[in-house]
Amino acid sequence: MSTPVPRNKVAQWIEYRLPVFSWMNHNLTDFPEPKNLNYWWNFGSLAGIMLVWQIVTGIVLAMHYTPHVDMAFDSVERIMREVEWGWLMRYAHMNGGSMFFAVVYIHIFRGLYYGSYKSPREILWWLGIVLLFLMMGAAFTGYVLPWGQMSFWAATVITNLFSAIPWIGGGVVEWLWGGFGVDNPLLNRFYALHYLLPFIIVGVVILHIWALHHRRSNNPLGIDIKSAKDTIPFHPYYTIRDMFGMGAMLFVLFVFVFFVPNMLGETINYVEANPLQTPSHIVPEWYFLPYYAILRAIPDKLGGVIAMLVSILVLFILPWLDTSKVRSARFRPIYKQLFWVFLADCIVLGWVGAQPAEGVYIVISRICTAYYFAHFLIIMPILGKLERPRPLPESIHEAVLKKRGPAQPAAAMEKH
Amino acid sequence: MAETSHQHGVPGAPPSGETRRDFLILTAGAMGAIATIAVVWPLLETMNPAADTLALSSTEVDLSAIEVGQSVTVVWRNKPVFVRRRTQEEIDAARAVSLDDLGDKQTDEERAPKPEWLVLVGVCTHLGCIPLGTKKGDPRGDFGGWFCPCHGSHYDTSGRIRKGPAPKNLEVPAYQFVSDTLVKIG
Ligand code: HEM
Ligand code: FES
Repeated sequence: MSTPVPRNKVAQWIEYRLPVFSWMNHNLTDFPEPKNLNYWWNFGSLAGIMLVWQIVTGIVLAMHYTPHVDMAFDSVERIMREVEWGWLMRYAHMNGGSMFFAVVYIHIFRGLYYGSYKSPREILWWLGIVLLFLMMGAAFTGYVLPWGQMSFWAATVITNLFSAIPWIGGGVVEWLWGGFGVDNPLLNRFYALHYLLPFIIVGVVILHIWALHHRRSNNPLGIDIKSAKDTIPFHPYYTIRDMFGMGAMLFVLFVFVFFVPNMLGETINYVEANPLQTPSHIVPEWYFLPYYAILRAIPDKLGGVIAMLVSILVLFILPWLDTSKVRSARFRPIYKQLFWVFLADCIVLGWVGAQPAEGVYIVISRICTAYYFAHFLIIMPILGKLERPRPLPESIHEAVLKKRGPAQPAAAMEKH
Repeated sequence: MAETSHQHGVPGAPPSGETRRDFLILTAGAMGAIATIAVVWPLLETMNPAADTLALSSTEVDLSAIEVGQSVTVVWRNKPVFVRRRTQEEIDAARAVSLDDLGDKQTDEERAPKPEWLVLVGVCTHLGCIPLGTKKGDPRGDFGGWFCPCHGSHYDTSGRIRKGPAPKNLEVPAYQFVSDTLVKIG
């Protein structure tokens, strides 16, 4: 482990003026993490890696992309065919967006399972929800850029959501468009925003990690760190584990990029935008499907938009809706099962969001939407009061030792 | 802070410095707020449709080629406009509807002063898709007018919303008959 004061003279000179070395040592090297974290705790760092991935591939794409309705589609095709390694950069960026959402969704469900949103991590949790919103903005504005049929009609449908605002809705939508429909002004500003949003995300990520380091990581037991015995330093224990996680994630990402780069996309987006023809079946990217299902489940326009927004906003008050004193689902016998029911509900919502809005699909989407809200607004408050949690272990250290069995030499754990 | 203001004031006199400071903070705050609005306002306004976008064009449609029962789509402001020459049955169906059955209450007489000609902005009032029903063989929904496949809105032969999530009837744009066979939209 490195010492807080660097030995190297140049480093000392710098440290005296800007204490980067002790700062890094505090936050990245010696930072004490609970010693019982499992692999579900990898997904935060994976999300960070995906953010860097998107920024790097995005900047390269931006050097060849043209944000004009007459040229955008062709410029993306040119990236695919003419620009050296352009196809790789575009597929990496396109599938990178999906990977980013996949790891962030797992990250969120990890939080739901282990009660990471509960005191004292409410603000950390809020910042996470803000990040989800910003990511949605980045993904949506990015999806419009290639100016294919799905780009155009996604932009039309989503910007029209704002027309549901009573009285001023129509004006707001024309302001968003900068015209009377989705056209060049919109493509231009979406490009500006698509370049901007990821850097705003970087800013909020810094706050997110600040809050994390202030109150430290939760852990699978959901109990607080009580002494130094409960922790191990971030480096090398979790740095190596995060590297391993990155390798595993990149493996999955490369399978998509190299073997099925268009599997998650819509073929019709390789047809240039046509403002006079709506594709017969409009679907958003997979990561928006559950919200889309909720939007379509409500037969009223404004109501649908509100339900969709509230489906995410409700997460902000979850720390107070959940009345249980215990964080981790490990010690909550009923919540532990209802968690999986809720996850299944979200997956069914995602599936039904991709089906046509008719017949039995509407019924399914309504049932699942009702359950989604009931989970947060009814089940969580009541369950926390009724459920009898299992006894919590004394400390993380004790629980870890007990699991290993007393025969295991404790010295191995003590080494650091 | 209170101590500093006392030092300047007459000892024992009411702390008038406090109210003066409050006043200064308040006015400075108000000026700051006004300045902020003055800066943000033009920034937001730049996003409105620009002057050349607003200088809207109009479109003329020659009606002589449209047969009874046929519809055409023309482009106006980069949006489709449907012109349908309705059959007598379609007109009768549209006019027979009671206003109580409508979500967005409008009579067919208001929407189509010349009953044979129905002119509509072809943009679903739900989320902006283009409803089907103009081309031959298109599905026309449960009420014989238009059907929006995006989220299942059904419009009748007057373009009025009858079923589905759309809140409003298809918009009738401003138009006028230049002659019996020529209509000017916009
Ligand atoms: C939060 C991070 C980001 C996400 C989630 C994201 C997502 C997306 C998505 C989904 C697309 C559409 C892909 C397609 O179908 O072709 C896209 C396109 C694009 N993005 Fe990003 N992006 C991110 C960051 C960036 C950054 C930082 C830049 C530039 C500095 C950038 C530049 C571009 C460009 C030029 C395109 C159009 C070319 C293309 O369609 O491949 N992106 N982005
Ligand atoms: S856009 Fe027509 S039904 Fe939604």
